[in-house]
Amino acid sequence: MDITELTVHELRDKLKNNELTASDITKAYVDKIGQTEKDVQAFITTLTDEALEQAKQIDEKREKGEITNELAGIPIGIKDNICTKGVRTTCASKMLENFISPYDATVMEKINQEHMISLGKLNMDEFAMGASTEYSYFKKTRNPRNLKTVPGGSSGGSAAAVAANMVPWALGSDTGGSIRQPASFCGVVGLKPTYGLVSRYGLVAFASSLDQIGPITKDVEDAAILLNVIAGHDEKDTTSIKTEKKDYTKALKNDVKGLKIGIPKEYFGEGINEEVKQKLEQAIEKYKELGAEIEEFSLDIADYALATYYIIACAEASSNLGRFDGIRYGYRTKNFTNLKELFKNSRSEGFGAEVKRRIILGTYVLSSGYYDAYYKKAQQVRTLVKKEFDKAFAKYDVLLTPTSPTVAFEIGTKSNNPLEMYLADICTVSVNIAGLPGISIPCGTDSKGMPIGMQLIGNHFAEDTILNVAYAYEQATK
Amino acid sequence: MSREDYEIVIGLEVHAELSTKTKIFCNCPTEFGAEPNTHICPVCTAMPGALPVLNEKVVEYAVKAGLATNCEIETFIKKNKKNYFYPDLPKSYQISQFDRPLCKHGYVEIEEEGEKKKIGITRIHIEEDAGKLNHNEFNGESLVDLNRAGVPLIEIVSEPDMRSSSDAENYLRKMKSILEYIEVSDCKMQEGSLRADVNVSVRKKGAKEFGTRTEMKNMNSFRSIVRAIDYEAQRQIEVLEDGGKIDQETLRWDDVSGRTFSMRDKEDAQDYRYFPEPDLVAIRLSEEYIQTIKESLPELPESRKERYLTQYKLSQKDAKMLTNSKYMSDLFEQALEICKNAKAVANWLLSDVSRILNEKEMEPDQIPFTAEQLAKMIELIDKGTISSAIGKKVLEELFENPKDPEEIVKEKGWIQISDEGAIKEVVMKILENNPQSIVDYKAGKDRALGFLVGQAMKETKGKANPQMLNKMFLEELNK
Repeated sequence: MDITELTVHELRDKLKNNELTASDITKAYVDKIGQTEKDVQAFITTLTDEALEQAKQIDEKREKGEITNELAGIPIGIKDNICTKGVRTTCASKMLENFISPYDATVMEKINQEHMISLGKLNMDEFAMGASTEYSYFKKTRNPRNLKTVPGGSSGGSAAAVAANMVPWALGSDTGGSIRQPASFCGVVGLKPTYGLVSRYGLVAFASSLDQIGPITKDVEDAAILLNVIAGHDEKDTTSIKTEKKDYTKALKNDVKGLKIGIPKEYFGEGINEEVKQKLEQAIEKYKELGAEIEEFSLDIADYALATYYIIACAEASSNLGRFDGIRYGYRTKNFTNLKELFKNSRSEGFGAEVKRRIILGTYVLSSGYYDAYYKKAQQVRTLVKKEFDKAFAKYDVLLTPTSPTVAFEIGTKSNNPLEMYLADICTVSVNIAGLPGISIPCGTDSKGMPIGMQLIGNHFAEDTILNVAYAYEQATK
Repeated sequence: MSREDYEIVIGLEVHAELSTKTKIFCNCPTEFGAEPNTHICPVCTAMPGALPVLNEKVVEYAVKAGLATNCEIETFIKKNKKNYFYPDLPKSYQISQFDRPLCKHGYVEIEEEGEKKKIGITRIHIEEDAGKLNHNEFNGESLVDLNRAGVPLIEIVSEPDMRSSSDAENYLRKMKSILEYIEVSDCKMQEGSLRADVNVSVRKKGAKEFGTRTEMKNMNSFRSIVRAIDYEAQRQIEVLEDGGKIDQETLRWDDVSGRTFSMRDKEDAQDYRYFPEPDLVAIRLSEEYIQTIKESLPELPESRKERYLTQYKLSQKDAKMLTNSKYMSDLFEQALEICKNAKAVANWLLSDVSRILNEKEMEPDQIPFTAEQLAKMIELIDKGTISSAIGKKVLEELFENPKDPEEIVKEKGWIQISDEGAIKEVVMKILENNPQSIVDYKAGKDRALGFLVGQAMKETKGKANPQMLNKMFLEELNK
């Protein structure tokens, strides 16, 4: 038995039955990282020694009955834009190369309360801006399915680490598709929760009105389990919503009979790879077989989603990233003679090209004289996008689309063409704009064996619905 | 043309730090004067990932300020980001309000020589204070202290309704007094918890259009504000008279040289890129909430003044002066709980206490002694233990080294001499030394009596009971 091939719910059961200890599990993952990391390059910081020590302590405490949490001793990987006390949080940027957070993000507090074991901090596009993890200051992560291709992004390290069995599951963050798209590229499950379901406190902000933390896992059940851990209102984040605590694993009924699935036809049009389209169509057939009602409809506002997204996300980023000014923490230039140069050179030297591009874009759209034409207009379109989705959810339980128009592309093919890179988000951004939950699950592979992802979109706080629909497909195609 | 042909137009932006216990977006204390960077946390130092949570007390205090200045209250509260780079601004943006301020369209009334005038309030909004830079002049370093970062502020923007530096002073005093009365700010100008940006322009009398204005930021004393306005108005008039034009710019007032200096060049014109703050959800205030605050508003200076007229029979002028400062007026009322002599307490506060405050350039809230100590001092006079001349000395002492007046009097040996034998001795001595005064008195010059009493007071260093002296001199002189 290769422990690292097991899902978390399997590991959990084996821990419970004393078939495995936390040390057995952690050791297996540490070994796997030792073998695989040199090829995949998913980690910015590994915590293997610390993890083994922690596993030992958890085993002792579990034996004494001091720890009873079901997930105690389960390893996890953390995207490197989630603040971890005492362990550096770099956002894959030179700017934060040596930054150690003085506090834990709320999700980390929850992970720690369960006595899960962090195996390390995972690579990403710098400040979560990108769709291939090529914009990391430190390294380029490779897709475990084909090392010549990208893992997607920005949570590419998280998705690759899960796909390569270097962690059993991981946390990512999703601002415009950064969980779902890499999950799709790497053939794993990625869930972006409803905006407000998971606390953003301690997630280094890219675009505050769009960011959400979510799970990247091997299967749908694990996604439900990890969501159970991280969801919930947080007083430290006023945008987190007070909702009743749900057990998402109870939603996995494996039954879609009579469920209405809407297929927005714009997501199957121009620019979508033929093989991707085919696999999605097969998946739709599968749902019909399972008793779901399928209907095609038009979500024409989707055409404006990408432009809207880039205006809003960049505007918010330009303000959020202002704090990296070389004054209190992070990179400070050596090359300055006055205050203005200190600011300018620290930021010019500390940020990578894509981050600077988005800061400039965002600054531009907020500038007086341009605000109305860009930012304000984008906010108005945002309202329309929400309304369109509201209309759709009046008719359908879930919407089904491809997660990405293509499978994973080769490293270096898009990194110099920002517009083409932005198009990788075309199927996912509108979900963030509307604040909806979306999940990407594997839906076969193309002729070269590269994974294809299917996205299921739910109404606000209908994570249980999309998890159930995803689960039904996963079980039926096992 | 001369100065008289011009009209000065002044508008004030008053920044008042709210006296909430904790900061506006985190739980750090707002207390002034702590060691640098001890009242800080991930939120107010803008650590990556930290998020703000609005302190509800801040909203309550700002609504109070709005209601006390006759404003309409906006029930939909939304915050905006104001973006700019400065080392004392950790997030590189200030969370403020832009298009929908919490309060608007209010006014306060000021009075100048009996004439009342309304000064309009354009808006009051909530924002956060920045930190402080401490410049080291010896090594050229600047250190950032973030204790003040995130202390809640309200910015009160007036209409350009003031026409003289004394209008501006009256307005600011009135505003300070209102904020003190409703207890939302301690208004300590010397600590920077109340400061004002002053906008000044001039125009020819009768002109409809405003002139170009200049702004002087962060002024924190009444005296500088008055001087700065007078200087700046004169400067602008001179520029215009010389055929020049006024540049709209920010100036720095230098108190030492008594001049204004240009601060920024125009190419640095700021674009703050205001936009809605997505990290804070908008809040809706209910009518009940606003009504409850309205009902909880304490007595304001205007009504307290009216009460003093009837309850204590004080004069218009005295009642107004006393109630100007909540601190002074509270001191007055507390003193009255011990000493019932309202006129005497008012007199002491308005004459000698005020004089000393002026001399020392202190504000009433810096008075070091308690109401009880003041009341006891007045009682000592009323009981005849000390004379009012000694009372003045006791008061000086209370400013220097406040303690129980009885103790001061004992320690200093200032107890009034009321012993008949002792008084007689002094009287006889003075008469002996001043035979001419006796002659003068007998010749009908009443002033001679005053002179003799004065000499006796001098002799006893002010300790002799003046009534007894008077009586005894008369007895002796009329023998």
